[in-house]
Amino acid sequence: MPDEHTGRDDAGRGGRAGPSRRRRWRRALAGAATAGVLGSTLAACGGGSGGVPTLTWYINPDAGGQTEIAARCTEAAGGRYRIETATLPREASGQREQLVRRLAANDTSIDIMSLDPIFVPEFAQAGFLAPVPPEIAGRVTEDVVPAAVETSTWEDQLVAVPFWSNTQLLWYRKSVAEAAGLDMSQPVTWDQVVAAAQEQDKLIGVQGIRAEALTVWFNALIESAGGSIIAENSTDPEQVTLGLESDAGRRATELMRDISNSGQTGPALSTANEDTTATGFESADGGFMVNYSFVYARALGKVEDGTMDQATVDDYGWTLYPQVDEGTESAPPYGGINLGVGALSEHPDLAYDATECITSTENQAFYFVNDGNAASDTTVYDDPEVLEAFPMAETIRDSLEQAAPRPLTAYYSEVTGGLQRRYHPTGSVDPERTPREATEFITAVLRKEQLL
Amino acid sequence: MTTTTLPPAEKTAPVNAPGHTTSDRARSERKLGWLLAGPALAVMLLVTAYPILQAVYDSLFDYRLTDPDNRSFTGLSNYVVILSDSTWWIAMAVTVVITLVTVAIELVLGFALAFVMAKALKAIRPVLRAAILIPYAVITVVSAFAWRFAFAIDTGFVNTWFGWLPGIGADTDWFGGQGSALLVVCLAEIWKTTPFISLLLLAGLAQVPEVLQEAAKVDGATWWQRLRKVTLPNMKAAIMVALLFRTLDAFRVFDSIFVMTAGANNTESVSFLAYRQTISRLEIGLGSAVSVLLFLVVVGIAALFIKGFKVDLAQARGEG
Repeated sequence: MPDEHTGRDDAGRGGRAGPSRRRRWRRALAGAATAGVLGSTLAACGGGSGGVPTLTWYINPDAGGQTEIAARCTEAAGGRYRIETATLPREASGQREQLVRRLAANDTSIDIMSLDPIFVPEFAQAGFLAPVPPEIAGRVTEDVVPAAVETSTWEDQLVAVPFWSNTQLLWYRKSVAEAAGLDMSQPVTWDQVVAAAQEQDKLIGVQGIRAEALTVWFNALIESAGGSIIAENSTDPEQVTLGLESDAGRRATELMRDISNSGQTGPALSTANEDTTATGFESADGGFMVNYSFVYARALGKVEDGTMDQATVDDYGWTLYPQVDEGTESAPPYGGINLGVGALSEHPDLAYDATECITSTENQAFYFVNDGNAASDTTVYDDPEVLEAFPMAETIRDSLEQAAPRPLTAYYSEVTGGLQRRYHPTGSVDPERTPREATEFITAVLRKEQLL
Repeated sequence: MTTTTLPPAEKTAPVNAPGHTTSDRARSERKLGWLLAGPALAVMLLVTAYPILQAVYDSLFDYRLTDPDNRSFTGLSNYVVILSDSTWWIAMAVTVVITLVTVAIELVLGFALAFVMAKALKAIRPVLRAAILIPYAVITVVSAFAWRFAFAIDTGFVNTWFGWLPGIGADTDWFGGQGSALLVVCLAEIWKTTPFISLLLLAGLAQVPEVLQEAAKVDGATWWQRLRKVTLPNMKAAIMVALLFRTLDAFRVFDSIFVMTAGANNTESVSFLAYRQTISRLEIGLGSAVSVLLFLVVVGIAALFIKGFKVDLAQARGEG
């Protein structure tokens, strides 16, 4: 059994003798220590030999949609392959940590991965992703929202397959907007939202926690102002040029400070994440918030449980993300999941076949309705079932069309970590000082001259 | 009145024992000793010495896990980067504050609990001892979440219960500032590990010879005098061991900070810094250097206790 496993590995790695010998030695050591565990792993690995190849799909936790899609695609494959799912940690950073460690240790069991788009460049540059076959690249990018394709691309090559897409909307209480005399049929600006909330003394839900949510908010502000966190990208961390000190960067910083100090952001802004803001919006003080579409499903769930009135949900309104400058289209946050195929997978061809099945229009529509995660394929938004379940589907599609992803760089952790450190707490940032300090800090971290 | 301890027990060597020449029997006993301790020693070396040496080696390189081809030897430059960075010193200060505050309070509380268990409630002592241990049996992450939920502004009850205190209102954001966040971290740590220290002290309390207490009573010593001159000196070894273990433990604080603030508002500890560099940034070289520095500090604390305060670990285990 162990021989079969090792032999298979060597074949898979194309005869790179050095590392594989070392790995064999390591594996022998590990085997001595944990014979039982290894034995069961080998049994799992070798189970497919001679029979149907098994593809392992590492998924982010969801409401069960990905597992169901795996079953559907296994059936559709007609015996060519079988897809099994393995669940990753809940937080995107935890998912990355686990996948990177395993891939760096040459784990061949990773066939398909559900990747947060912000980590795609890092995985691509590290050589963790198998190249996308050209014929598949054409098919999986057809009718797909631009941000999804952009986040799946690295160095002008498609390196991942767009699966689902997420974006933030501006949620508002119809009664509050009406009382403030705000016309929500037209795009509104942040200044208008702040003024309306102050006039009605209602909450504005924004995410001020020192976490990824803060980067999401700041990126939307700077992109809406016409700038970018990274002005000039590079694969060499020392050559990355930041755009924080631009006019757009200063404007975004100023706006972030003014919204935070408007007095309407709730008592716990510096620890507020998406859930905190949703809770505030559900309360009697709720006025406005920027958030993902899960808040609607959450409200419906509460009505079902009897902890929220139907009237409150009926009061929910939604529109495109607020503008920074009146008349200039906003750049809403972009999120979601792209599918990557592991470079060490034993069946990359089958895995790419499987990704095509997983991201088919029908499966994306099913996933949208079942799990509430919006599709990256724009044709899904014509599906009557989707439109019935999600009255805001069209707004989501419009928002996705103009959404801007967070900076695409192989050093994303450094950039977002440094930004969060200097832009938190959001009420204390200064349009002149903070962009300069953040630029100096992130540049030093990228040069490995400072701790993060 | 001077302190009163029993003289150290005389080593009871047989009168007709041979001198220092090793007999066949002594040699075979020594061999047996190695045979018995050898496997444990080998396992210890494998699971502790090997990772430590690997970390020391890695800390001399510029090495990113996702970019192994560009690994390069940089000598001590990682250490220079860390020691010249204010982030490191802030984390160090936070860690020292947490350690001092929690260990000091735990020692006092632990003593009180140990006394209650030893003297006051003899009848229900077994039940009490088990009950006191419950917080220690709770997984640190679980306890950290429990405390976070209690103090968080959306799920917590603390603001409602203690709203009558000045400075606490419905809008008090405990995790929004350094001082209040560290206060909650310390409370969680104290709640969780006081049982550990009190059990160690209870064992020490049981070692204080009753004859000395009685003699002091006969001499007319007050309760306070007996505590200071009889009980505490006889417990010194147990106290020092309890302090040593808890200090080393407290210095590595990680879980509570990770769960409660994720390091925001200057609440990062040294372990958290190591985690960020190694696991989040994947900078194995820099992260290993932080870990090595943390290790050196911990070794320094242990050395200070054992050499400086003359803690005899063997005596505390009742082997003296």
